[in-house]
Amino acid sequence: MSGVHDSLRLPLRLIALVLATVVIQEAAVSQISIFGTSADLTPLVVMSVGLLAGSIPGAIVGFGTGLLVDMLLVQTLGVTSLLYIVIGYWSGRLRELRDPSHGLVPVAMGAGATAFAGLGMAVIQFLLGVDAPVSLLLLQQIFIAVLVNTLISLPVYAAVRRIIEPALPQDPRRRRRRAYTTGGLSPLERPSGRLGATPRSSAR
Amino acid sequence: MHSKQVRRRRAVVAALVAISLVLLTAYFGESANSPLHTVQRGIVEVFSPVEEGASKALAPVRDIAGFFSDTFKAKSEVGQLRKQLEYYRAQAAQYRAAWILNQQLSREVSLQNTGLASYRPVAANVIVRDPNLWYETIMIDKGSDDGVRTGDPVTGDGALVGNVTTVGSTYSVVTLITDHTMAVAAEVQDSAGDTGVLVPAVGEPNQLVLQWLPTSANVQQGQPVVTVGFKSGSHEDLYPPGIPIGTVGTVGTDLANNGEVPVTPAADLRQLDVVQVLTAPHAGTARAQLP
Repeated sequence: MSGVHDSLRLPLRLIALVLATVVIQEAAVSQISIFGTSADLTPLVVMSVGLLAGSIPGAIVGFGTGLLVDMLLVQTLGVTSLLYIVIGYWSGRLRELRDPSHGLVPVAMGAGATAFAGLGMAVIQFLLGVDAPVSLLLLQQIFIAVLVNTLISLPVYAAVRRIIEPALPQDPRRRRRRAYTTGGLSPLERPSGRLGATPRSSAR
Repeated sequence: MHSKQVRRRRAVVAALVAISLVLLTAYFGESANSPLHTVQRGIVEVFSPVEEGASKALAPVRDIAGFFSDTFKAKSEVGQLRKQLEYYRAQAAQYRAAWILNQQLSREVSLQNTGLASYRPVAANVIVRDPNLWYETIMIDKGSDDGVRTGDPVTGDGALVGNVTTVGSTYSVVTLITDHTMAVAAEVQDSAGDTGVLVPAVGEPNQLVLQWLPTSANVQQGQPVVTVGFKSGSHEDLYPPGIPIGTVGTVGTDLANNGEVPVTPAADLRQLDVVQVLTAPHAGTARAQLP
């Protein structure tokens, strides 16, 4: 019973996170204009979930967030989902392949995710038939959005980590690395228990 | 074990991408009454009270951020607005004389200048704003329960901002005039009253283009652009006549070559908080009955 409860903790937290993010984004954040554009929390949250939980949760959260955004804004369904799946999946893959520990990784990933979302949306819209040239202003708006999102990516990442980390399964690699950095368990510094105690006679 | 995980991961991503592509393809080819659109409207209906509540709850945060943003913006606009003020003061004197003459002529042909009040405006709060540049839409907290219908014109910030494209019982989606699907019959208030079709400069959220003007038109920068409100047989324009839209921007060689001039919207479409929906858009089109 407890196992079933534990296995539902992460999905439930992710669902609540996605719903809250999209509602806050549409009801408040999108209405705050900064140099003619506004911050977009959704790619940052998807990126953060990918970095913290892995590629599959990242991709699923990306799909769900994109679908909800498309639904609530009465847009063409599937466009935002497609872009956010890629963001969530590749953020998760980065964690699985490289396990980056630098504190500024979310900043770089946030900038990359926002740029990908902006440029990807432009490409898909052109493919869907919006017959207009790419103007300098469009690129300028995407650039400003990337800058704004880069600035807020660390707090967003910290908030997402605070929400979902208690529900994440323990990662053995991270546990081992934490142990090494605290110094206590390195095999080079502590004699192996497997070999037993060194006899006094041989020490002489 | 490892290869099983890899297969599982790839299968999940492939399935999600496939679902997205199916949704995109199905939605793009469907009509407005199709099942996907109906589901979408249902979900919007469910979420609109939540968003309305969140919008009200987060209003103080928005206001504080808006204060700082507006302060920076206002500083950069002071010089520009002073020049505009001088221009409009000069224009106002001319328009006053023209207005008096217009009143006299209107009485002669038994027309009443009804103003926007006769179009039964319904005030609405903006509860959702689309942050990206490709879908220029806003959601408002008034719907069919308040008499709003699809196609109703929407004004805000003293000018035309768009029309209603989706209506629920308690919400509506307004497509702004800067959306790539929009086109408005518009008139430049110059000496000849040159008319054309106003379309957005897509990708440039603050700019419109007035097309199909006579290439010999004497259009000057700063002249107001308003709706035409034409009626031809059974065809009637969505918008009542005389609603301000914006002002003519820098007139370049595009006018002589293609009959096009840039138009800057009068309303700040990224900062709309309250709008008015004209629920009886054809109430004041007596002008259209003139020979």
